[in-house]
This record gives sequence, C-alpha cells and structure tokens, in this order.
Amino acid sequence: MNITLKLYASLGAFLPPGSARNTIELDVAEGASIGEVLALQNVPRGNCHLILVNGIFTPPVSADGKALSEGDTLAVWPPVAGG
Amino acid sequence: MGWTGKVLRVDLTKGTCAPEDLNREWADQYMGQRGLASKYLAEEMDPKTDPLSPDNKMIFATGPLTGTCASTGGRYSVITKGPLTGAIACSNSGGYWGAELKFAGWDMIILEGKSKKPVYLCITDDKAELLDASEIWGKSVWDTDAWIKTRHQDPQMHVSGIGIAGENGVLFSCIINDLHRAAGRSGVGAVMGSKNLKAIAVRGTGGVKVDDFPAFLAATSAAKEVLAGNAVTGEGLPTFGTQVLMNVINEAGALPTRNTRDVQFDGAHDISAEAMAEPSGKNGKPNLLANQACFGCTIACGRISKVNEEHYTVQNKPEYWHASGGLEYEAAWALGAATGVNDLDALTYANFICNEQGIDPISFGATVGAAMEMYEDGTLTDKDTGGLKLKFGSAEALTTAVELTGKAEGFGAELGLGSKRLCDKYGKPELSMTVKGQEFPAYDPRGIQGMGLTYATSNRGACHLRSYTVSSEILGIPEKTDPLVTDGKADLVKAFQDATAAVDSSGLCVFTTFAWTLEDIAPQVDGALPGNWSVDKLLEVGERIWNLERQFNLQAGFTAKDDNLPKRLLKDAAKTGPAKGLVSGLKKMLPEYYAARGWTKEGVPTNETLSRLAL
Repeated sequence: MNITLKLYASLGAFLPPGSARNTIELDVAEGASIGEVLALQNVPRGNCHLILVNGIFTPPVSADGKALSEGDTLAVWPPVAGG
Repeated sequence: MGWTGKVLRVDLTKGTCAPEDLNREWADQYMGQRGLASKYLAEEMDPKTDPLSPDNKMIFATGPLTGTCASTGGRYSVITKGPLTGAIACSNSGGYWGAELKFAGWDMIILEGKSKKPVYLCITDDKAELLDASEIWGKSVWDTDAWIKTRHQDPQMHVSGIGIAGENGVLFSCIINDLHRAAGRSGVGAVMGSKNLKAIAVRGTGGVKVDDFPAFLAATSAAKEVLAGNAVTGEGLPTFGTQVLMNVINEAGALPTRNTRDVQFDGAHDISAEAMAEPSGKNGKPNLLANQACFGCTIACGRISKVNEEHYTVQNKPEYWHASGGLEYEAAWALGAATGVNDLDALTYANFICNEQGIDPISFGATVGAAMEMYEDGTLTDKDTGGLKLKFGSAEALTTAVELTGKAEGFGAELGLGSKRLCDKYGKPELSMTVKGQEFPAYDPRGIQGMGLTYATSNRGACHLRSYTVSSEILGIPEKTDPLVTDGKADLVKAFQDATAAVDSSGLCVFTTFAWTLEDIAPQVDGALPGNWSVDKLLEVGERIWNLERQFNLQAGFTAKDDNLPKRLLKDAAKTGPAKGLVSGLKKMLPEYYAARGWTKEGVPTNETLSRLAL
C-alpha cells in the first residue's frame, strides 16, 4: 500500500533519497504499523516524540500496534515546541 | 532582595525624574513585572482613560529574577492601556535591556504626561534625565540605537524605543530593544510615540541582591540542569527555534490561512524552520545563520538570519544584507500563511522592517490578510489601495505594505489602523480576525479548541501567550489533551492563565515552561525574595493578577459580549484536516470558564472571588 511519510526537524536526516520538502511517498506492506515504517527508515524510536497520522496524535508507545491504511500520511517530530 | 526597592517616576509634561520607594505590600501580593505594574496602573489611572492621551501612563517593569543568574532572567514588560484594544496592555520582551535596568538599580519606570518636544530618557545607574531627541525623531529603531550609543560613547548602553511606526501612531506599533527584541503587542509603541518619548537608554553597573544566595544558587543551578536535560529546551528550541511549529500546526490542521478562510497552507513548508535551514540562492547559504540567546538564557531559541542578497527586496539595498533578527513562528505565520505568501526571503525582509521601524508582525500580517480578502472580493479597489495589488500570495504586496505602514503613507496609513478598524471602515467587520480589537495569532480555534477560549478571554485581546494550551493540546506538555474537544478546556485555560501570569511577573521567560513547572520556578523566586514563595503562592498571585486585569477591563467598559470570536470561527467549519467539519465550541466552554473562575454568568468576578484574592 502507498503511504506518505514526513520526517521533520532532526529526523529529516533519516528520509531516503528522492525525498523533497521533508516528504516521500512509500510503498509499504499492507497493514504495516507505524513502528515498522519507522524501522525501515532507521529512525531512532527514542527521538520520535510527536507522531501524527493524518494530523491526529498517536502516542509514541502505541506506534507498534497502530496499523496504517492506504493513503495515510504519517508525520513525525523529535521533541519540539515553540510559540 | 530580588527587588531593588526603587521606582523611577518620570513626568514627561514637567520634564522631571524622581526616585520613589517600591510599594513592598503590593510587591508581596503581585511579585513584579506584569503583576506589580498592573497593580500600579490600576491604582493610579482611570481605566476609561484615552490610551493616546497624556493621562495614560506606561510602566516599564522588571521582575524579581530579572538581572539575576536565573536562566532566562532578563525579561521586562511594558504595561499601559493599549490603543489597539482599549484594554490593559502588557507586552513582554527579552534581550538585555531589562537586566540593564535592574543593574542600574531600578525595579520599574513609571512614565506619565507628555513631553512638549521629542525626548529620550537616559539612565546611568541612579542618574536619570530627559534629553533632546529632535535629531533622532523620524529615525528607525536601528539608527536610534546607534545614535544614542555614539552620543554617549558607550557601546554597552542598552536602548528600548520606537521607530517611525510608533511616532506615526500605527496602532500596532511595538517597542524594540537590543535591535530585534520586541514588547510587541497591543500598540504600546504608539503610546510611547504619543508621549514624544523616542527611547529609554540604560547603563547600569550594579548587581542584583537576592534574599538567600546559597538557596538561590542551588535552585537556579538545579533548574538549569532541567532545561539542559529536556529535549525541547536543551535541543529542539536552540536548533530549530519556534519556527519548527509551522509544519506541526499545518499537519494538525490548525494553521489559519489566507485570513483564516482555511486551516492548512500549501506553502507552509516553504516558510518553516526546515526551509530556513536549507541552502538557498546562488551562494548556497541558508536563511538561518545562527541562534541567539537573551540575557542569562540557557535555551537560546532566537534566530539570526539573512535575506538572500539576490532577492528583489534587497537587491539594491545593501543596508539590508547584514544578519539580523530572523523569523519566529508567529511572525512567519502572520507574514506568510495569513497572507498566503510563501516567499521566505520576502517574509524575512518584512520581519526586518518590522524590527527596524517597530511594527508588531502578528497584527500587521493579519491586517494585510484581511485587506487581501477585501481586495479579492472587490470591497477594496486599486483606488482605495493606491494601486497596491493586495492579492493573496503576493510577496510584492506584502513587502510594499510593510514599508508603507511604518511610514503611514498611502494605504499604509489605513493598514496601521489594524484589521478591526480597517474592516469596520469598509463595511466588512466580519472579516477582521480579532478579539477585543487585537489580531489573533497562529492557531486556528477550530483545530485547537482551547485556543478559542484563550483568545476570547485574554485580557489583552487575542493572544497566545496568555494561556498556551497548544503546549498540552498539540505538543503533549505537560500532558496530552485532545485538541478537537471542548471538555476540560475551561479548567485547562484557567490553569495556564494563572501560571503564566505568575511567570510573567517573575522576570523569567515563559518558554522555560516547556521544561519547568512551577515546582522548578518557586524555589528560584523563594531564594531571591523575602517571604515564603511556594507553588501555591505563585498560583494565588497569578489568579490575583488575572482578576485585577479583568477588573481593569470591566471598568474600561468591556463586557462578556467582548469575550467572543469572529463569526467565521463560530459558523464556518474547517474545510480540511483533523478538524474538518468543526467550528469553535466557545459557546459551551465560556460558561464553564466563568464558573471555574468564580465569576458570574456575565463574566464579572463575584464578591467572594474578589475577597478570596484580596482584591
């Protein structure tokens, strides 16, 4: 299935070649979990603080049990803040 | 002991400067800075005073930790009645000026009256005098800073003042210190300009005494370890700055776009922290050159940027080729997403002009966004705008508008009214994205419900810095709440408001609260001040301040009807993102909030509440 992966701030370094604007389209196994997608890109899980799937917050501790669906957008940040 | 115990009272009408003792009873009840100066203002001035009349007072106030070795202990605030809103205004700034005022031996400066001619206040330790500013009236903040330092032959002097926007009465003009740190909101710069006061220059050679030095040193050292060890304050903010929020808030579907018609901006990435760090232009250098800290700060979130020298805005203006204060999130949002402009160099240039001439980029950008909507729907014509093609997405319109606004020339004079007065003038009040006359910042209340209540109830008009529930609703600090629901938000907003009022009265930066709780802050205040400054006392002081400000506004003529949001947020559902189909649930949250506050259904503090808070 196809998903969109977005890695921001320091996690941008883990995007594969061909990425643009911190984004890449990926073809992943049907029903792949957030954790599996991040592992495929060697993203250190300890740095994944803010995880949004289609803009909705997903607790990092739930990443392994959360299956993605066709067309989902997974966006991940290390600890960040602003204002 | 934290406080210097000295207040400088300046009568601009008479041209006098006189020291007086700090009111210690009030200091114990209101701590300092925002709280203590608000108490002075409320006691000394009729809340119905015209903000731009000589009767309005303005107070530059430090906190007890300003100028100490506490991390971020360099803050000061400007408290006055705001001309943009008619409400109590309190604008907070970093940099080095606040600490320098404390080194000179002053807790605060109370300015009253109006000078007959342009002056600047020059403070060197305990000597204070009003000096002729006719040579710098009409000059920018940057030129004024250089002129004063040259005249006094003292590069260590720190200057807080206005550019031409404040002189010209731009209703969202701000006060800038140290070239690009701003007491930004509510038009405090216009009040300064109305008094013919160009700047306050300070040089101090003393220090700040604390009540219990060993306890203070232990508390501030422990707190610095917390900041350094926290991934947000120790790594995220210094590396990426506040601008890292651009993509976060856009993904979360809460980025007000094109005058809040939309909640997501397709150009968000182009103006984000990530884009600022990417190589650009022929020389391949990024927009962001370095980060910078304010006095005593161990976070260092400030941005130092350059405009690409090939960019149309500066191609023939080498005076803007230097590095200067770069885009923070709120400025980038207002100059970018609110106007639909995704040209990073144009935004950086516009931000430079805002710093140079003393303009609040939040209110300016949001006002341009409203004007663009009126231009595109035909309400504004080329005749009205003087030929300025105010189309959403036009970088040229944005950068021309910022130049005109500071000068109050052409359509810039109308933009300088702020979006409420501008939209009212052209018969489209519903297009002004304001609360109590102040433009709201970078979070759409349909996608972050707590921020709707935050804007509606903010004592200084729409503002994110009165209760930053984004921290909880989006970032999960201190604990995650659901941004799309209204349940629990009344209590959350109240808790943020009270805690923030305390932090704003201490001399510390509110950004520390991404890592610190009041448990980290109370021992630092307690070490600096006599008495017992516990977490409970900080919360009590914060709640007292909030209610004092509320009382000021009620006496100024505001009512519960003013605790409202633009109709667009209450009627028009978000079109995309997680909040698709949602409007702000303000109507449900507001009565819950009044109850949580101990206020009547009309939003008035009850006698019981006032008595409990010794008001």
